[in-house]
Amino acid sequence: MKFVDEYRDPELGQKLIKRIHQHSTRPARLMEFCGGHTVSIFKHGIRQLLPDNIEMLSGPGCPVCVTANTDLDKAIALARLPDVIITSFGDMIRVPGSYSSLQQAKAEGCDVRVVYSVQDAVYIARDNSDKSVIFIGIGFETTAPTVAAAILQAEQEKVHNFYILSLHKLCPPIMKAILDMGEVRLDGIICPGHVSAVIGSYPYQFIPDNYNIACVVSGFEPLDILLCVDMLVDQIETEQHKVEIAYRRGVKPEGNQPALRLMKQVFEVSKADWRGIGIVPASGLSLKKEYRQFDAETNFAIDPGPGREASGCLCGSILRGVSTPLDCQLFRNKCTPEQPVGPCMVSSEGSCATYYHYGDIDGG
Amino acid sequence: MEDRILLAHGSGGKLSHDLIEKVFVPVLDNPILNKLDDSAVFELGGQLAFTTDSYVVSPIFFPGGDIGKLAVCGTVNDLSMSGAVPSYLSLSFIIEEGLLIADLEKIVNSAHQAAVEAGVRIVAGDTKVVDRGSADSLFINTSGVGVVPPGLDISGANARPGDIVIVSGTLGDHGIAVLSQREGLKFQVPVPSDCAPLNRMVAEILETSADIHCLRDPTRGGLATALNEFARQSQVGIRLNEVSIPVNRAVQGACELLGFDPLYVANEGKLVAVVSPYDAEKVLTTIRRNQYGHEATIIGEVVNEHPGKVVMKTRFGASRIVDVLVGELLPRIC
Repeated sequence: MKFVDEYRDPELGQKLIKRIHQHSTRPARLMEFCGGHTVSIFKHGIRQLLPDNIEMLSGPGCPVCVTANTDLDKAIALARLPDVIITSFGDMIRVPGSYSSLQQAKAEGCDVRVVYSVQDAVYIARDNSDKSVIFIGIGFETTAPTVAAAILQAEQEKVHNFYILSLHKLCPPIMKAILDMGEVRLDGIICPGHVSAVIGSYPYQFIPDNYNIACVVSGFEPLDILLCVDMLVDQIETEQHKVEIAYRRGVKPEGNQPALRLMKQVFEVSKADWRGIGIVPASGLSLKKEYRQFDAETNFAIDPGPGREASGCLCGSILRGVSTPLDCQLFRNKCTPEQPVGPCMVSSEGSCATYYHYGDIDGG
Repeated sequence: MEDRILLAHGSGGKLSHDLIEKVFVPVLDNPILNKLDDSAVFELGGQLAFTTDSYVVSPIFFPGGDIGKLAVCGTVNDLSMSGAVPSYLSLSFIIEEGLLIADLEKIVNSAHQAAVEAGVRIVAGDTKVVDRGSADSLFINTSGVGVVPPGLDISGANARPGDIVIVSGTLGDHGIAVLSQREGLKFQVPVPSDCAPLNRMVAEILETSADIHCLRDPTRGGLATALNEFARQSQVGIRLNEVSIPVNRAVQGACELLGFDPLYVANEGKLVAVVSPYDAEKVLTTIRRNQYGHEATIIGEVVNEHPGKVVMKTRFGASRIVDVLVGELLPRIC
């Protein structure tokens, strides 16, 4: 298949693997921030193919996983209101909040619908004018512009029963927060592909400048990732830390300007609550004042009560790169994809689900 | 909080298995049912295979078939996977008030055509009509019986180290064809459902080789789930080779777009066979000669290592686990 097969070519892959083995002499800890990368790395067995001195860590880049329990509780409380239809991306439905999940709420009779795009939520609102339709807006800079576009569409088409629970999060601020915490030592970062398609590569410049860490934006195919690792190794070996792009077909240094404009028109930067990290200033997006009529939190009175974390769940420290799923006592025992305790086991891009589905044959 | 049935309990994956093993098997407990193969095989003046299935596919018409054809093919295939020669079927229709009679006629006709092709007779039936909203257009429940030739023992528990795994063609065609018609997700895929009766293919395979160990039609849960069932039932490992897994390019494209893995997408006209290595080539040639098996391929082997697990060699030479389907990939594809 065009644009897929050429990025999975085994011969080219072998050449890159050989090159990495030849170049790489220093110990290198690389973190892939994005859950999509984690899946691809495991699915293609890339960790097994790299030299022993390269260590790969998974980061916080799974939008479902980083959503805090208290935010999930809000979504569930909204679902329980009369005459409300909740629309959401699929994975989000199964994530347990403090006491329940949207999936449980659905089985109890709440109207919770999976959509594949936020635009479908606008259509559902248009077709159900007697109901309030709330879209659970999760995701990074990748999805935020599409949500902004949907709000503008709803405004233009006078769809007044469409709302967003904005839980959007921003990537560079959380990278900074994790580096500032100093819990993990990193030599290189595999920067997210889709986020960078929107924001470009300039916003990562502070990482080599202030933290002396190599940065390369990667695509999601195995050859993209191998090329990215090769470029990171080059930077680390030569101590020339900078931001490079190994995903030229998707990412321009300046990003996608129309998408950024849409985002800026509708959203303003605000604090956000991150699972395992807590409230990080200027790391999320809220609706601007002039679009508050679409804001679910402004327009519906809910009291989800105090949140709580599942005891023993390590999702928080897994998201910070401090632990791996194998460190968690619950992994594969009490926490499995069919009975997940934490979100990293639910999301198709979550570290725990990825370790569970694609892990080593002897349990890892 | 009280546990309730979730849509994922109907996915054919892990939750479906748990439901069967926790709610049904302990109560209905008997050695014939407990084998959990595609149909039950027992003595009744000869060895009989008996199966039942329900069809709730949405939409009821899809590229390459409809719920009527699907019901007949699915039941015929379940019988065939025990090595039985399917003979008689019953069809029970649960119809939602308001369904067009012309649509029902079309569906009955295609059920009939599928039965003629498979050489089975539909000899019993029932209709119930329920209030609008109590069912979605039309559900069909079926049962089927067939005779198992004497001495034949085909079961998911029969795989042995050294055996070869053959799949009869491209994976995921049915799931993607149905999905492409879904409300809110309409896209053009030039791939019809593979929905087809496989009883003749099975008869041809059994004529070719006396060493067919396991057969299954990988419907809900896809090939990955079927192979995991073999690995667990037989307590052997299965090793797959990623580059040899046949997937139609358009299906691959749709899967890339939607984030699905074709190994987990449903098929309705494919079988996976575990056969003795000595007969593998012969069986492969036989399957390829059948009209529904032109793209049959050897995709892996049964091994002593990692019993109960399916492991795939990736195209770069690494290995990874291939687990059963968890959660719901797509509800109501069959």
